[in-house]
Amino acid sequence: MSFWLIQTLNGLSFGVLLFLLAAGLSLIFGLMRIINLAHGSFYLLGAYVAIAVAGKTGNFWLALVAAPLAVAVVGALAQRSLLNRVADNELGQVLMTFGLLLVISDVSLLVWGGAPLTLEKPAALEGSVQLAGAFFPIYRLAIMAFGALVALALWLFIERTRLGAVLRAGVDDPEMVQGIGINLPLVLSLVFALGALLAGLAGALAGPILGAAPGADFAVVMLAFAVVVVGGLGSLKGAFWGSMFVGLVDNFGKALVPELSLFTIFVPMAMVLVIRPTGIFGRS
Amino acid sequence: MQSTSRVQLVQLLLFGAALYVVSLALPPYWTGLLTEALIWSLFALSLDILLGHAGLPSLGHAAFYGMGGYAAAIGFLKAGCGFWFSLALGVGAAALLALIFGLLALRTTGVYFLMITLALAQILWGVAYSWRSLTNGDDGLRSITRETTEFLGLRFGDTGDYFLFVLAVFVLAAAAILVLLRSPFGQALRGVRESTERMEALGYNTWLYKLLAFVIAGALAGLAGVLFVFNKNYISPEAAGIVMSAEVMLMIILGGAGTLFGPVIGAFVIVFLSYLVAELTERWTLILGAIYVLVVLLAPRGVTGLYEDLRLRWKRRSAR
Repeated sequence: MSFWLIQTLNGLSFGVLLFLLAAGLSLIFGLMRIINLAHGSFYLLGAYVAIAVAGKTGNFWLALVAAPLAVAVVGALAQRSLLNRVADNELGQVLMTFGLLLVISDVSLLVWGGAPLTLEKPAALEGSVQLAGAFFPIYRLAIMAFGALVALALWLFIERTRLGAVLRAGVDDPEMVQGIGINLPLVLSLVFALGALLAGLAGALAGPILGAAPGADFAVVMLAFAVVVVGGLGSLKGAFWGSMFVGLVDNFGKALVPELSLFTIFVPMAMVLVIRPTGIFGRS
Repeated sequence: MQSTSRVQLVQLLLFGAALYVVSLALPPYWTGLLTEALIWSLFALSLDILLGHAGLPSLGHAAFYGMGGYAAAIGFLKAGCGFWFSLALGVGAAALLALIFGLLALRTTGVYFLMITLALAQILWGVAYSWRSLTNGDDGLRSITRETTEFLGLRFGDTGDYFLFVLAVFVLAAAAILVLLRSPFGQALRGVRESTERMEALGYNTWLYKLLAFVIAGALAGLAGVLFVFNKNYISPEAAGIVMSAEVMLMIILGGAGTLFGPVIGAFVIVFLSYLVAELTERWTLILGAIYVLVVLLAPRGVTGLYEDLRLRWKRRSAR
C-alpha cells in the first residue's frame, strides 16, 4: 500500500515539474508555431544558475527567484535576436532551437563541468512527514503545492487578464490581433520569456531532488515533448493532464519495469498520435 | 529537365571518379573519412527526397538509419546472417518501419508532421535504449565485422576496398534517385509539394505518392545505416536519435534542399569540419550549434542557393 502511495506522490511531484516545462513549450508553440528544442536547456540552465547563486549567497530562496529571471532574459534574447528573424521559416526555427540546445549544453559543460551538481534544500523544507505508514520528503510535497499554485496563477492569467485575452486571440487569429493595434511582436517575446522563466523555475525547483548534469537538457525536453504530444499542443489544460500522466507513467515504469522505462512513455505517446494526432486536448 | 538530369548523371559519375582518384593518394585514415562522408551523403540524399522534393520535413529520419543499422547488426550477430543477408535485412526492416511510420505521420502536415516524425523516431530510440536483451541498451552492439566479406576481388576488411564498395553503392543509389525524381513519379511529388489540392483535383492520389516517397526514403536511409554499421563495426541508440535526425537535416539545408549535390556538399562539409575541429579544440558541439544558428540565419537556402544568388547578380551586372 505504502509503495503505491509513495510512488504516486513521486510521480505527481515529477509531473508538476513537467507541467512547468510543458506549459511554456505549449504556449510558445500555440502562439509562434515554434517547436522549442532548447526548452530543456532553459531547464538545465535554471538548475545551474540556481546552484551557482545558492553557492555564492547561501540563500535558496534568492536562487529560486534569480535563476528563472536569468533564464527568462536568455530566452528573450534568443527570441528577439535570432528566432524572430526567421519567423516564417518553421523548419529553420526548429533547427535554430536545436543549435541553441547544443551551444547551451557545451557552454554549461565548460562553465560547470561534467559532474552532477545538486542544490542544497532550504532548512525549512528538510525532513519527511509520515503518510499512511510511509515517510515522504517535505520538499516534494512543497513542490506539488507550489506547482499547483503556479498552474492556478497561469490559468487565471490566461483566462482572466487582458494580456491573457490577447494571447488567446493571438493563437486564433494573429493578423486580427495586429489589426486592432496590439503590439504582437512584443507579446511574442514576452510569452517566449515567460516560457523560459517557467522552464528555469522547474530546473531550480528540481535542483535538490534531480540535480543538474549534462544530458538532462535532452532527457527533459523529450519528456516535455511527450507531454504536449499526449495532451495536445497549445493547450494549457492538455499540458497539465499530460504532465500528470507522463509523470506517473514514468515513475511507475521506472519502479515496476526498469527494462522498459523509456518504452512506457513513448508507447502511450504513439497510441495518442495514432488515435488523435493533435493530442487529447488539442484542437484539430 | 531531361537534359539537366543527363548532365547531372555525368556530373555524378565524374564526382565518383574524382573521389576514386583522390582516395588513391590518401592514407587510410582519410579514406575512412571519405567513406563516412559518403554514407552521410546517401543518408542526406534519402531525406532530401522527402524534404526537397515532396515537401515533407521529417525530423525523425534517423529512425530508418538506426533501424537499418540495428536490423543488420542483430541479423549478423544473433542470427548468423552474412554481410549480404544482413544488408537486405536492414534495408527491408527500414522500409517496413517507414511504411508503418508513414501511415501514421502522413495524417498530418507542416509543423505537426515535424513533431510526429520526431516523436515516432523517439519511440525507436527508446526501444533501442531499453530493450537490453536484444540491443544491449546504451552500451550498443559491437563486433559487427566485415573482415571475411569479399566481393568482385574487393576485401571489405581493407579500408580502401570498403571505401570503393561504399562509393559504388553511393553512385548507384544517387543515380537511381536522380532517375526516380526525373520520372513522372518525381514530377508528381514536386506537384504535391507545390499544391496538394491542385494535384488532388487533377486526379492524383497524393497520399499514396507521399507514402511511396516515405518508404523509398526510409529504405535508402536504412541502406546508409547498414553501410555505417559495417564501417564502424558498432551501433548504439544514438544512431536513431534526434541528434542524428537534426544533423542530417542541417546537412541538407547547409548544402541546399532539392538539389543533387547540395546534400552531398553539406555532408562532406560537416563530416570533415568535425574532424578538423576535433584536432584543434574540444568545443565541436559549440561550433556545430553555432553552425545550425548561422545557416538558418544567413543561408536558409544553403550553399547552392547562395551560389545561384551570386550567379544571378553577376549575370544582371554583366547584362547592364
